Amino acid sequence: MALEVDIEKRAGAFHLRAAFRCDSEVLGILGASGSGKSMTLKCVAGIERPDRGHIALDGRVLFDSDRKIDLPPQARRVGYLFQSYALFPGMTVRQNLLCALHAEKDRKKRAARVDAMLALLQLRDAAELRPGALSGGQAQRTALGRILLNAPDLMMLDEPFSALDAHLRLRLQMEMKDLLAGFGRGVLLVTHDRDEAYRMCDRLGVMCDGRMLTVKGTKALFADPETRAAAALTGCKNIADARPTGPREVFVPAWNARLITEKPVREGLQAVGIRAHSFNPDEPVNRLPVRILNEMEEPFAWVSAFRFEGQSPDAPALWWRYPRECRPKNAPGALGVAPGEVLLLY
Amino acid sequence: MTDLFPLYNSLRIAAISGVIVFFAGIAAAYYASRLPRAVKGALDVLLTLPLVLPPTVCGYFLLRLFGARRPLGRLLLGWGVRLAMHWTGGVAAAVVVAFPLMYRTARGAFESFDERPAWAAQTLGLSNTWIFWHVRMRACRQGILAGGVLAFARALGEYGATSMLIGYTPGRTATVATTVYQLWRTNDERGAFFWVMVNLAISAAVLLTVNLLESRERTGRSLWRWR
Repeated sequence: MALEVDIEKRAGAFHLRAAFRCDSEVLGILGASGSGKSMTLKCVAGIERPDRGHIALDGRVLFDSDRKIDLPPQARRVGYLFQSYALFPGMTVRQNLLCALHAEKDRKKRAARVDAMLALLQLRDAAELRPGALSGGQAQRTALGRILLNAPDLMMLDEPFSALDAHLRLRLQMEMKDLLAGFGRGVLLVTHDRDEAYRMCDRLGVMCDGRMLTVKGTKALFADPETRAAAALTGCKNIADARPTGPREVFVPAWNARLITEKPVREGLQAVGIRAHSFNPDEPVNRLPVRILNEMEEPFAWVSAFRFEGQSPDAPALWWRYPRECRPKNAPGALGVAPGEVLLLY
Repeated sequence: MTDLFPLYNSLRIAAISGVIVFFAGIAAAYYASRLPRAVKGALDVLLTLPLVLPPTVCGYFLLRLFGARRPLGRLLLGWGVRLAMHWTGGVAAAVVVAFPLMYRTARGAFESFDERPAWAAQTLGLSNTWIFWHVRMRACRQGILAGGVLAFARALGEYGATSMLIGYTPGRTATVATTVYQLWRTNDERGAFFWVMVNLAISAAVLLTVNLLESRERTGRSLWRWR
């Protein structure tokens, strides 16, 4: 039971190259807007057609450029939850759900299954409303119900929470996680939000300029993003070019800093990343004199912008974030970074 | 007692041409909206030309095509279809002149259609025919209906091309519009005034319908319930 994708598509200057595999899990695709995430989903759904490549789902070939196979979306059995939910205009929630059961000829069975889905998704009160009258959460659940009733072999969610208010997002993410666990098949989830990716996904792939970079377990990716793009997308605030100077030592010209690393430095190192919360005034290793430029208070943390002494003037300031209760009395004159927190980016 | 033949003739011409224009306009708009840009531009000019040409020029071309001594006119006559100097020619004239209104309005509606519900329907396994009628046409319905009403009104008020192609024969080819001109020309001011009033009443009714459709569209209420 798996989705296998290896495709290539050109659209103007944009060049999409994506190869990955999705088993019965939630695979996240993390990328900035315009990186090719949605186009990848559309290729899998059959809405867009790749120039070259191969797509198979549970052994069924959906697309194969060499064998000239290109199944229409109707025959692919792939559910697609659009960011805008794409409910059928003018139809009520119930009618939208009924459409997903067009293959079921028995009217009574159809009605019973729709009623059960309305109950499961807490949509009974909204059953007779049209899309324009629904809240964001109701519209999303309707679109999801339509897909679940259709029982596809794979579900794809395109930025499912980005159209929702922040206070709703957390609750709906929790509910969605339960529903997806009950779905029991592969799920592709596209997002640009690292918190959402971390909460929802078992594994993560990073997409940058049309290329699918590292694909690995969510926690492993946050611990070691491996590439600049992945580091930035997982929220690393401080990234700068670096070169190896020893088996476990790098030099960062922009920061004028020599840093000890925990992992051995491999050939081809491009940059290092240090997350904003990795700086610590009490850390003795990689300790460098700093000058705090600015401070900003957040609900539960402080954020400081600072520069290393001797940092090159055109390099941007660095970010340091620490919990409110850890606020020192006096601004520290030096900050350290544990060797394990220096991210090596290739 | 006023002879009401012009009203009857105008209504039948407008009704028949309205139906033809309605479906032909939708079909042309649907296919044009999916064409590549360059082809679409050229087709657009051709299909919209009758909207900006003086109707008499359209009538001139129609006469050149369908006149009794022209090849196409002769061919049609051979099949028993007469257009020149016959009320059916009024239908042809009205179709040509009203078509751009339907085509442009329907194309605008199709082009502003959000494709995503159609894609969602495809991934749910619904057929493309079902999607066309239940999703695409449904979303574009108000725009298309408004276009149909405008085209019908234009067909009803058609004068220039009609008078070129079928002239004015009382009881045979006279329409409301040509009757107004003929009566005025022959100093029958009362008769002309009567038909002017008929014209006003019809036009007002049509515009009211269009406004109703547009306000329904704004408030998002549908005109007819599903099922």
